[in-house]
Order: sequence, then C-alpha cells, then structure tokens
Amino acid sequence: MLTCREFADFLMAYLDEELEDVQRDEFEQHIELCPPCVHYLATYAETVRLGKQCCVSDDGPPPADAPETLVQAILAARRVR
Amino acid sequence: MHDSDERALLRLLQAGDDAAYEEFVRAQTPRMLSVARRFLRNEEDARDAVQDAFVSAFRAIGNFEGGSRIATWLHRIVVNASLMKLRSKRRKPEESIEELLPRWQEDGHAARPAAPWAAEKLVEQDELRKLVQAGIERLPESHREVLLLRDIEELDTQEAAEMLGISTNAVKTRLHRARQALREVIDPALREGT
Repeated sequence: MLTCREFADFLMAYLDEELEDVQRDEFEQHIELCPPCVHYLATYAETVRLGKQCCVSDDGPPPADAPETLVQAILAARRVR
Repeated sequence: MHDSDERALLRLLQAGDDAAYEEFVRAQTPRMLSVARRFLRNEEDARDAVQDAFVSAFRAIGNFEGGSRIATWLHRIVVNASLMKLRSKRRKPEESIEELLPRWQEDGHAARPAAPWAAEKLVEQDELRKLVQAGIERLPESHREVLLLRDIEELDTQEAAEMLGISTNAVKTRLHRARQALREVIDPALREGT
C-alpha cells in the first residue's frame, strides 16, 4: 500500500500515464481509500490549469501593444546586420 | 494562416523582402513580447530579448526548412533569447525549493491533508491571476523556468531539456516539484471554508 507521500511523489508520472501497470493499480487503490489524496490530485491538476490560464490570456488575440520603438529597433537591427 | 500562405511568406522572408519582413515583425512582436515578459521581470530586458530573437531568426531564416510554423519557430527562438537574458542577469545563488514543498509526517501522511478548493474562488479572475502569478514568482529560478517552459509555453520535455542543457529526468523532477510548490503556495487562499 502506497503512503500519501509516495502517492504525491508518483502523481505526475500517473497523470502522464508513465506508471507500470502494477504501480498504477497501487496508485488507484490508494485513490479509492484516501479522500485527502483525491483532493491533492484534483488541486494539483487545477494548479497546472490555473498556471496556464493566469499567464496566457485566452480571451482573444494577444495585446496589440508592441511599442513602435521596439518595432523600429528590430527593423533597424536588420538593416545594419 | 493557410499552408500555402505560410510557404509564400517563408519564400518572401528568405528572399529578404523588406515589406514582408516589416509585416511579419509587426504581426509577431506583440505575442513575442508577451512571451519574453513572462520570463523577464524587467521590460527593457524583455524588449532586448525580443529584438535579439528577431535578429537571430533572420540570420537563420535561410536554413529554416518549414518543419514547423514560422511563428512556432520564432517562439522557440524568443524563449531561448529570454533564457539567455535571464542567465546573464543571475547574480546570487537561488534559494532551495524545499521550503515550499508539502510537509510529511514520519508515517507518510501529509502534515496538512489536502482539501477541495472553493469553486467560487476559482472564477474571481483578477485576484486569481495575481495569486497564481505571485506564486510562480516565488519559485526558485531553476524551477520557475521549467514550469514556464513546460506548462505555460508548452514545450515538450525533450525540448525543455535541450534548451536548459539538463536531462529529461531533471526536467520532470523540477516540473513536478514546481507544480507541488505552486500548489502549496496558492492553496491557503483557495481552500474551501477559508
């Protein structure tokens, strides 16, 4: 029987489907018996989703705030190379 | 962009067409600047990284064979330029991630068992965004960059390993620890009943 600590250690491998069959069975047995680890699994997955959501805006095109000075600097850098 | 348009754009860029180059720079700079800003805290550094990336890209465009979208290829170059800039700024040894990881009792049970997160807290966009971004900022640099590469910029493990010059196993270990640490950092604000 896995401990909660071992469950947490193997969590990413489980989500990435990289565990051997025997390990995966042990992992899933632990899930059935341990509500805190069910919450840990759910909030770990939610953390990954939130990271993406909060760093990359999905609600439309990227902000059209490219500073003209930067665009001109890039164009100038090409001319002098 | 359709494949035929993409191929036409690539031909123009490889031929040194000034108008195509300017259009491409104007179209791609906003998104590429957003990418560089995620890695670099300083606006000037982010702009320098984007400029360096465009210069590198156009030195290499003749050898680009179109194995991926041009924007995807440029994105990888911007990420690499941002990492290089980050390295050049790194001064002091980083703190250990251990302080941010979950704590365990001797019998393997969590010192603080996990609880569900409150659904209503997950929809408060502005606060949530600040919370998660601040959490990512608290990660040691070697773990923050892996989390950004894998979970935010969506590079695969092999690409991230090559870009950082570390093994794929090291990428996996750092990513898992970075996610665990980020979860620990944001957990108190998101738990039900808090």
